[in-house]
Amino acid sequence: MADRAQHRNLAFLWFTSWRMLWRDWRGGELGILAIGLVIAVTSITAVGFFTDRIERGLQLQSAELIGADLVITSSRPDVFDHIKDARAQAFSVAITQQFRSVVLGNDRPQLVEVKAVTTDYPLRGVLRVSDTPFGADEATTAIPARGDIWVEARMLQLLDLVVGDKVSLGAADFTIRKVLRYEPDRAGDMFSVAPRVLMNRADVDATDLIGTGALVNYRVLIAGAPGRIGFYRDDLAFSLRQGEQILTVEEGRPELNTALEKARQFLGLAALISVLLAGVAVATVAWRYTNRHLDTSAMLRCLGAAQRTIIQLFVLELLWLALLASTVGCVLGLLTQFVISGLLDQLLLTQLPPPSFRALLLGYATGIVMLVGFALPPLLSLRQVPPLRVLRKDVPVASVSRWFVYVAVVLCMFVLLYWQIGDLKLVSIVLGGITVTLLVLAIAAFGLIVLLNRLRGRVGVAWRFGLANIARRPASSVIQVVAFGLGIMVMLLLSTVRTDLLDEWQHSLPAKAPNHFVINVQPDQVDGITDYFRARGVEGTRLYPMVRARLVEINGKRVRTGDYESERAKHMITREFNLSWAEQMQVDNTLEAGDWWGREDFGTPLLSLESKLAKTLGLKLDDVMSFDVNGTLIDFTLSNLRRVDWDNFNINFFTVVPPGVLEDKPASWVTSVYLDDQQRQQLGELVRSWPNVTLIDVDTIMKRVRGIMERVTLAVEFVFLFTILAGLAVLYAAIQANQDERRFENAVLRTLGAKKHTLMLGLLAEFTTLGALSGLLAGLAATGLAWTLAETVFRFDYRFDPTVALSGIVSGTLIVVIAGMLGTRSVMTHPPIQTLREGAS
Amino acid sequence: MTGVESKTFVEARTLGKQVSTREGVLTLLDDINFSIAAGTSVAILGASGSGKTTLLGLLAGLDMPSSGDVMIDGRRLNDFDEDGRAQLRAELIGFVFQNFQLLFGMTALENVMLPLELAQAPHPRKTAAEILERVGLGERLGHYPNQLSGGEQQRCAIARAFATRPRCLFADEPTGNLDSETGKHIIDLLFELNSEQGTTLVMATHDAQLSRLCERRLRLDAGRLVTPEEIPADG
Repeated sequence: MADRAQHRNLAFLWFTSWRMLWRDWRGGELGILAIGLVIAVTSITAVGFFTDRIERGLQLQSAELIGADLVITSSRPDVFDHIKDARAQAFSVAITQQFRSVVLGNDRPQLVEVKAVTTDYPLRGVLRVSDTPFGADEATTAIPARGDIWVEARMLQLLDLVVGDKVSLGAADFTIRKVLRYEPDRAGDMFSVAPRVLMNRADVDATDLIGTGALVNYRVLIAGAPGRIGFYRDDLAFSLRQGEQILTVEEGRPELNTALEKARQFLGLAALISVLLAGVAVATVAWRYTNRHLDTSAMLRCLGAAQRTIIQLFVLELLWLALLASTVGCVLGLLTQFVISGLLDQLLLTQLPPPSFRALLLGYATGIVMLVGFALPPLLSLRQVPPLRVLRKDVPVASVSRWFVYVAVVLCMFVLLYWQIGDLKLVSIVLGGITVTLLVLAIAAFGLIVLLNRLRGRVGVAWRFGLANIARRPASSVIQVVAFGLGIMVMLLLSTVRTDLLDEWQHSLPAKAPNHFVINVQPDQVDGITDYFRARGVEGTRLYPMVRARLVEINGKRVRTGDYESERAKHMITREFNLSWAEQMQVDNTLEAGDWWGREDFGTPLLSLESKLAKTLGLKLDDVMSFDVNGTLIDFTLSNLRRVDWDNFNINFFTVVPPGVLEDKPASWVTSVYLDDQQRQQLGELVRSWPNVTLIDVDTIMKRVRGIMERVTLAVEFVFLFTILAGLAVLYAAIQANQDERRFENAVLRTLGAKKHTLMLGLLAEFTTLGALSGLLAGLAATGLAWTLAETVFRFDYRFDPTVALSGIVSGTLIVVIAGMLGTRSVMTHPPIQTLREGAS
Repeated sequence: MTGVESKTFVEARTLGKQVSTREGVLTLLDDINFSIAAGTSVAILGASGSGKTTLLGLLAGLDMPSSGDVMIDGRRLNDFDEDGRAQLRAELIGFVFQNFQLLFGMTALENVMLPLELAQAPHPRKTAAEILERVGLGERLGHYPNQLSGGEQQRCAIARAFATRPRCLFADEPTGNLDSETGKHIIDLLFELNSEQGTTLVMATHDAQLSRLCERRLRLDAGRLVTPEEIPADG
């Protein structure tokens, strides 16, 4: 029986709340709340879908840098044993085999970097080829046919060859069929570059080059769905054999990793601001909704509804609304991002991956969490409406504690932001910034209102109306200034400050960053190479020694991948380290712990380690890292930690030791230089003078990294553009919050003989004051927030700009006046008699 | 009025209400004692500020007295919490207000359905439509309050009040916002339905003429019942 009653009650609640939803909807009650929610969910899902696609797109594009999602590389052919397993798991697989050899053309020898590939190579990205060295290039999915090779333009120049000529490679002859213009995974493989010769792997045996002791790099390229690739990589970590190494996008290249991380932070910041603004809009309209339902609630009490029933009905009603609004928002978000990615497709990436459903989940969760956090707390006061209110309107309603509301809002905001950003520090800083801003805005707004009240006697009638409007509702005015201020602050942060931040970020990649790496320099060639560059106007060239070594033990304990949780740690301990030595620390490094060595330490096996790597491997000062250096085990004591800026493309090392330790080991020297177009033309001389030296043109990599940054900048700008819409929603919601009161007051004033013109001027005065005040405070707050972000998160030097505050005032006044006058239009057009009649009933 | 039962339905026992103001304690009602038999009609008369609305609020359990007790159908309201009193209202009581108190987001039909739904009565839509038909609004079921005239709004409110067939109806200046002609029709309707359903009617009004329609009259002055406690209906 009890069960039946309970079911009946539940059914009553669901049905009645659903009907209440439609009744309220038809009554125009829920429109604004729904619009607030829809805007919130739309912006969040649009941003979510879009950033998700862009992130995955960047990921895919970055995958081009290794030509696959995952690469297993080894110096032994048995790495191909992995192929069977990868194919069994339905991954796409391709093989490359790289070795250095000499091509004979026009009877001249030329050292080349041969890459033999199978069909399907590359798995990510495309090859670009042309028929002449500088002719128009085109993308191709083919690979050289048997008997053909594709070569880099540089080789044609070096040997005075043209397409169609024949050359010999080892025991076989080949026809040069195409000029190879772009090879996606070239950039990811910095230290293996000489003029490229691309050939079909089926021809390798015919050259007779393998098996004569040539150093060969064998690679298995694998591609598949991101999640499955992740699992596969985890499994691989256990089955890797000595000398085998995994290359992935995230871990392969520290500088690319940093670029991706910054991209995520920027996009995250944009998404975060949408969340904040939407939240403010929803909270603002929720207060109005609650106030307008006090009488309904009292009437329901009077008709015999229990407190619990009333709150259940309203909560369920809003839950229905949240579901509907979230659905609409998700659909709109999906459509919006389709439009956007359609517009930006050419600018962004050749093809974005399809949207994933993660954003839909985010959309619904956001709709519901926002309602719970922002709309529900004020709604709780409906529970406490005394039924006597049906007889006496003056009966006060005990409203929910404001602190409770604030805590709920902040908590929900935090949850949402953390979900979106995933960076506790960034979320804390922005949330802290917003909270401080709110407090400052509130205090300042209150101060000004008090001040204004004193000025009222000295101004004309219209201004008196306007100022009286502000002063008469101090709490509401403070809320409006704070809401406007927040909206304007975000817009300022977007327009002015954002440009500064992005400029600074782009500047962190200097225009004259090194664009060539020179490697494989033998010790006796260091002076010659230095002189070569100096003679061609390239100043300050510094060569760094480099000895390859394998990490064997840490503090006497053998290193094993199984001992590390993080993928990066597993990867780092299996790869070969390049140990360098230096007297002084590089100027672009920053010492974070310990001391740099002095002359007395030369010859002592000390080690300077890059600080992030130290953290990844869980190392601290005085730990001992034992490296196998060319067959000799050397114990290095960790004496200091350095922060390295990987973005600048200078030569940098994870591991540096003092002079006098490694000089007797086989070392090669490396450097990076910036060469302009003219200097680049002369590189042939360098290659001819020192044939063993390998020169890497990193301009391609630079262009790609810069390209990624530019795309991200575009994406961020777009995402920020979207948050401006949310900002406008806040303004609209804030104006709507006072609409009823305003309408009634204006009706009374007009009844008392006030002219429409006077009332308009009054509104103008009111919004001008509110806008200017909000704008000023927003300008200051935006500057402060940008400075905090620049200093602590993005690590740029931020320059203060007084025009930010000025543009805050101007834009604040303009926006608030325009939005305010538009928003209060119905106040002026609504017939006063109707307003008064409605007020009476 | 026929079929008067001697059983008391509403009773006030030494009822008092004070509120604290800045100037000190203000007495709104003081030592009110009376009882109303089930099925009878009673007018509470008095000038503005005499305490009529306060008394009505206390009798209906919308507010709590500072002293004394209200008994409804033999139950002491002080023994119930707010939800308990709400339940009691849902079961026993209907209201008609001076300013109608229709929910402006709902149609006439939906307004009348609401108490039926809250009481989980069967067929709320059918019942509501029938009673709206009875009060002459059969053609206006889908109209919103602002599409109805004042008289029509009050008819709708009366339909809502009688929809659950309450044992007792409290009316607060039911014609206060209406012109005299419309007011007369409304009062006729109110008494007709009252008679049909045998409801106990308690009506607060300042209109002496209207009060004469009730079987008994109680006059309030400055929060006290004036003597003689009871004025004959025809007096």
